Amino acid sequence: MSDVALAANLGLWTVPIAVVGGAIRVSTPFLFVSLGELVTEKSGRINLGLEGTLVMGAMSGFAGAWLSGSPWLGVLLAGLVGIALGALHAGICSLPRVNDIAVGIALMLFGTGLAFYLGKPLVQPKAPTLPALPLGWWSDIPQIRAALEVNGLFVIGLVLTPLLRWALSNTRWGMIVRMVGDSAEAARALGYSPLRVRLAATCFGGFMAGVGGSFLSLYYPGSWNEGLSSGQGITAVALVIFARWNPVGCFLASLLFGGAVALGPALQAVGVTAGAYLFNAAPYILTLVILILSSSSRHRIAGAPGELSVTR
Amino acid sequence: MSATAPAGALSIEVAAMSKHFGALTALDAVSLRVRSGTVHALLGENGAGKSTLVKCIMGFYHADQGDLMVDGHVVEVRNPRDAARLGIGMVYQHFTLVPSMTVLENLVMARADVPAVIDWRAERARLNRFLDTMPFRVALDTPVSGLAAGEKQKAEILKQLYLDARFLILDEPTSVLTPQEADEILGLVRGMAAAGRLTILIITHKFREVLAYADVVTVLRRGRLAGGGAVGALSVDQMAALMIGDDRVAAVTERTMSGTGPGAVRLAITDLAVADADGMPAVRGVSLTVRAGEIVGIAGVSGNGQSELVEVLAGQRPASAGTVVVEGEVYRGRRAETQRHHLALLPEEPLRNACVGRMSVADNMAFRQFDRAPYAKGFWLSQAVIRAAARDLITRYRVKTPSPDTPIASLSGGNVQRAVLGRELGGIVHILVAANPVFGLDFAAVADIHAQIVAARNRGAAVLLVSEDLDELLELSDRILVMSEGHIVHETPIASADRTAIGRAMAGH
Repeated sequence: MSDVALAANLGLWTVPIAVVGGAIRVSTPFLFVSLGELVTEKSGRINLGLEGTLVMGAMSGFAGAWLSGSPWLGVLLAGLVGIALGALHAGICSLPRVNDIAVGIALMLFGTGLAFYLGKPLVQPKAPTLPALPLGWWSDIPQIRAALEVNGLFVIGLVLTPLLRWALSNTRWGMIVRMVGDSAEAARALGYSPLRVRLAATCFGGFMAGVGGSFLSLYYPGSWNEGLSSGQGITAVALVIFARWNPVGCFLASLLFGGAVALGPALQAVGVTAGAYLFNAAPYILTLVILILSSSSRHRIAGAPGELSVTR
Repeated sequence: MSATAPAGALSIEVAAMSKHFGALTALDAVSLRVRSGTVHALLGENGAGKSTLVKCIMGFYHADQGDLMVDGHVVEVRNPRDAARLGIGMVYQHFTLVPSMTVLENLVMARADVPAVIDWRAERARLNRFLDTMPFRVALDTPVSGLAAGEKQKAEILKQLYLDARFLILDEPTSVLTPQEADEILGLVRGMAAAGRLTILIITHKFREVLAYADVVTVLRRGRLAGGGAVGALSVDQMAALMIGDDRVAAVTERTMSGTGPGAVRLAITDLAVADADGMPAVRGVSLTVRAGEIVGIAGVSGNGQSELVEVLAGQRPASAGTVVVEGEVYRGRRAETQRHHLALLPEEPLRNACVGRMSVADNMAFRQFDRAPYAKGFWLSQAVIRAAARDLITRYRVKTPSPDTPIASLSGGNVQRAVLGRELGGIVHILVAANPVFGLDFAAVADIHAQIVAARNRGAAVLLVSEDLDELLELSDRILVMSEGHIVHETPIASADRTAIGRAMAGH
């Protein structure tokens, strides 16, 4: 009762506050999957199987937390499962004349199917969830407190973003990944093995996607069921292209996308119910509009790694 | 690093080296001795085994038999890293710098001991100290994709020297350079060899470079050692004979003048502008005309808009401004237009630009005509007619193929080019556009294809010949235009064509 009264008091301010809170919450899996995929794509390979990895991560993260009692062990397990799926993708792609996109689609279906099969017994139990940092302590207004209840994984992602950007241009590993992704021939001439670098980069992408998946089952919505992912894995792959292979771009794109997802429910909360389905479709419409505006039939996308099969 | 490495040129000896790929003998007991501080030329046609030999030296391939000796000691090179440790470096024909990275980033990453975290300021200082000892420099902060070909070549050479290479293999180093750039770079490395700092092994098929810069030459033919010796002791004719052996070479057909000289304007391009794959302007306001019975050559270093120009004429790329008029009508690269005006096209990389690799030779040869009688009868195609026409062209154009039904991708480069030539020139031709028509082909095929192009001109076709090989243009053209950064910067009739002036225009001066 008091919530409703307060909502009325805040008036239309509820909408931006809810959108900010929602953006932080919803963007976390996008952020993890896209940062991981960014590294994979920088190495010259695209892994569409991350949707399957995400769902497997959600399932195994939940199972790990439930069995061990620690949500962080669940996150770790999800990451390890992601590494295994990444290694599977990279391993198959190492074979001659194998197309990474086709393998990705197969692994997307494989990952989701396997997660549903193994996750059947996990639908009922309740696992411990990840803690959140109450960054809204300074305010009495519950909406602001709720919106600024920031989860730990988001904070990790926030720190990882500039770190990744720095690492890609200031560390040996980052430079090798970029080199392999831009000119495999050059990397080979220097004695680096593109296949091995791509294996490592795809495993990193898998780890991040697995962790992103565990967020779904361990924080928000915070339980395991088969409808947990609504295509976050595959959307995050598109976000990388839209972010022009820049970690900071991935962070902003994830927030933007998260905010768009949160817009529909926020509007419903203040009583705007007309066109609710349309508002729920906002993120997808936004993606389409941005991709159309930023693309051209005449030239390649600027900043794309030279070895990436989709941009060649 | 230069504090520990003994500075000085290495000598290399290859003893009876053999390499087989399945049934193919790529290298048959080849021996080679390169003395320290010399420039040694390795001469041979495509497929003669030059690349296989140097790849065995570099450790890309493992020779089946034979030894490699460096400064008199037998060594084992398992991979390019081993070669680098011994002081052997190679500058590849296709550059191996990462295009999106700067020169600084590329040079630092080439080091064998890149630290886990790179201190760019220290690396820059160290590299500047190294560059101070070099006879030439390259801007460190330019991304490699923004460098001209000559600058890239210099950066590649600097990279090898930064890695302390004391034996440098240059693979066709001048194929993408202007004559001036080629002279500058070969002059520089020759100077370093003379100073005892480097030994150079240069792979080439250009006699001019052998005569001007090499001390010793070794000629390979079909995987075997064909001969060699001191450069002064061999004439060009002797070297050519060693290279091609007993193969018959067709004489180039003379350009014959009809009584009236060139005829009516067949192809007129006005203020043409074209964007490249990245959306950047590649052709910027090109105007030119080609008349019946003349060959207009377009010279230029690769990547100055020539490919985009040809792609517009082929209908592969839209123009952003300007007009193309063919025989008095506006031309947009449609199939009906090419058929109506009898426009023939020999694009570069014909397998990629003019063929469907997995379709048969006969089908590929029918691409221009297959939907018209007698190839098509209403809805149905006549395979019998397609195959008969292909057989005729295969004989006339001497295409070596097991049968008309063989997938065209399994033919050699020269035979793919002959097949496309047959398709394009087999019927009536009013206009011919050819781009690097003999790139990578052997002597016999080159002479053959040149003869066909000149014959088409003598029959009255208007020919636009785009080539990166200036010698080819000087030999075939009636008029030469030079393209640089998307502009036509120089034009000369063949009678007054001057290699130096053309070279200077190619470089944009």
